[in-house]
Amino acid sequence: MTTVATDRQDERLRHREGLRGALAGVVERARGGDLGVIPVVVGLIVIWSVFQILNPIFLSSANLVNLTLESAAVGVIALGIVCVLLVGQIDLSVGSVSGLSGAVLAVLFVGEGLPVWLAIAAAVLMGAAVGWIYGQLFNRFGVPSFVITLAGLLAFLGLQLYVLGTKGSINLPFDSGLVNFAQLDFVPAWLSYTLAVVAAAGLFVTGYLHARERRRAGLSARGVPVLALRSVALLAVLAFVVWYLGQTRGVGWMFVFFVALVLIMHYLLSRTKWGRAVYAVGGNVEAARRAGINVRAVYTSVFVLCSTFAAVGGILAAARLAAANQSSGAGDVNLNAIAAAVIGGTSLFGGRGTAFGALLGIIVIQSISSGLTLLNLDSSIRFVVTGAVLLLAVIVDSVSRRSRTSHGRA
Amino acid sequence: MTVLSLRGISKTFGAVAALTDIELDVAAGQVVAVVGDNGAGKSTLVKILSGVHPPDSGTITFEGRAVEIPSPAAAHRLGIATVFQDLALCENLDVVQNLFLGQEIRPLRLNDVAMETRSWELLRQLSAKIPSVRVPVAALSGGQRQTVAIARSLLGDPKVIILDEPTAALGVAQTAEVLNLVERLRENGLGVIMISHNMADVKAVADTVAVLRLGRNNGVFDVDSVSAEDIIAAITGATDNVVARRAQRGQS
Repeated sequence: MTTVATDRQDERLRHREGLRGALAGVVERARGGDLGVIPVVVGLIVIWSVFQILNPIFLSSANLVNLTLESAAVGVIALGIVCVLLVGQIDLSVGSVSGLSGAVLAVLFVGEGLPVWLAIAAAVLMGAAVGWIYGQLFNRFGVPSFVITLAGLLAFLGLQLYVLGTKGSINLPFDSGLVNFAQLDFVPAWLSYTLAVVAAAGLFVTGYLHARERRRAGLSARGVPVLALRSVALLAVLAFVVWYLGQTRGVGWMFVFFVALVLIMHYLLSRTKWGRAVYAVGGNVEAARRAGINVRAVYTSVFVLCSTFAAVGGILAAARLAAANQSSGAGDVNLNAIAAAVIGGTSLFGGRGTAFGALLGIIVIQSISSGLTLLNLDSSIRFVVTGAVLLLAVIVDSVSRRSRTSHGRA
Repeated sequence: MTVLSLRGISKTFGAVAALTDIELDVAAGQVVAVVGDNGAGKSTLVKILSGVHPPDSGTITFEGRAVEIPSPAAAHRLGIATVFQDLALCENLDVVQNLFLGQEIRPLRLNDVAMETRSWELLRQLSAKIPSVRVPVAALSGGQRQTVAIARSLLGDPKVIILDEPTAALGVAQTAEVLNLVERLRENGLGVIMISHNMADVKAVADTVAVLRLGRNNGVFDVDSVSAEDIIAAITGATDNVVARRAQRGQS
């Protein structure tokens, strides 16, 4: 029967079929410097093993539940950082913007007595406005984004202090839905398992439909065994996570919210014209412009998205703490968000990275933070270690970039 | 049949007359080489045709109608595609993504299958030697990149395609590949304007050679009935010049 698929007719191509072929492909890509998630997963295993040996509580269900909740706020911010890094820019002010957003929320909600949804909407809009201003400054004056956002870092920190006023700290009422969402609301066990099954089934169905469409068009496609194995693996991992976290409190809604945002961003970046434009601008601005892409609009959209995510992260952080104060968004929030994006495989050189990077990266960062806290080490050491891990991630990025160039996979 | 013809095209930049009274005709299925020394106005001509700069005076007739080309998008709509010397490809994107950049099928839910199928069609049409369209452009050789850039310009079904120094940065084998490609474009009935410095390439694929010198027409030759020396004489503007003297010295 064999008609060779349209994309497999060149005699120079080495053919890879079935499960073994898929595995061999992964190994070869990794050798060529296209490491994907391998360094993160290896790093995570090392970090978890070390902390587990030092303190047996680390991998306990209770601590991991905490870890997922803690990672949501900065994770959302990191998601925005992934977007700006993809176009080869940076936003250094996400910490300040998140702090300001928390302060705006607290002042409007507690101080002015507005309904909570209105306060949230105002804080998110404020974030979007900040991003829009960045975009305009960047497009009109061509100032490097790190300088614009460095100015924003200080300016919005000042605004945050001003908004909070002399008290410097505003507590959110514990019985509000927002605080409940961040601290007490967990997905019921049955729903968690259902979501896991839905995710695995969704992965299989979309994969199968795509493969069928490709086969109909005469292109090569993944076989059913590969697709099935992938889904079963995902189901096993998700079911295990749900089961293990379910030993204590379970999966928090806030974490589910974060993962949902990651999935939405993944879709936007990989399956839409806008996402293609983002990667193109990060890869070669001039080429993108000549291809008719509205480069300015892409930059603006990305800055808006990043600041909006920072504002959302600020709201989640305030809800988690049940307060907004002068140190909200200060300290290591900025660096953690950027480190999470970079550790998750987003290149600082632009044009490379995925939304899932933010999820993986923040879990690494939060694991380090949580482990060091459990060891009763204070924040000075945490800063040093986080800094070192960030440096390591950047080195991996640069080295794998060089390796990709020499293996023709840039 | 003449697809594109220029009459009396002039363009000045400040005090410099970059082009003066240029005439050029391109027929369907014809390869016109535009040659000239540095500063002869080749690039300006390309930019006028691709809509980067509008001309100061003169008429452009495309498929029998007088047209204006105020913007690159307008050139594209008319059916004039340009492949610039630097190709303008995104190295981090794969071949399909580059081919359809900015004109993706189904913007909100990209139709990768349709785009990949169409990509293969285009590449087949050019008999291009690209093993896989799912590798990043960074993994391709110079000739293959040129192929991708040319294939991309074919997406809008253009009538005229302008190649700016298509072989300038290529090795021997890759140059041959690109020249094959140019012949394929001619067979497909496109009018091709090829800007070149390389006499061998011009002699190999062009049908006619238009020589520019200091922003003016300096002769249009039929390739089969002209020698490389005559073309060089037209480019440099004299028969008595350093190149001709060298050639004579070699003969005697």
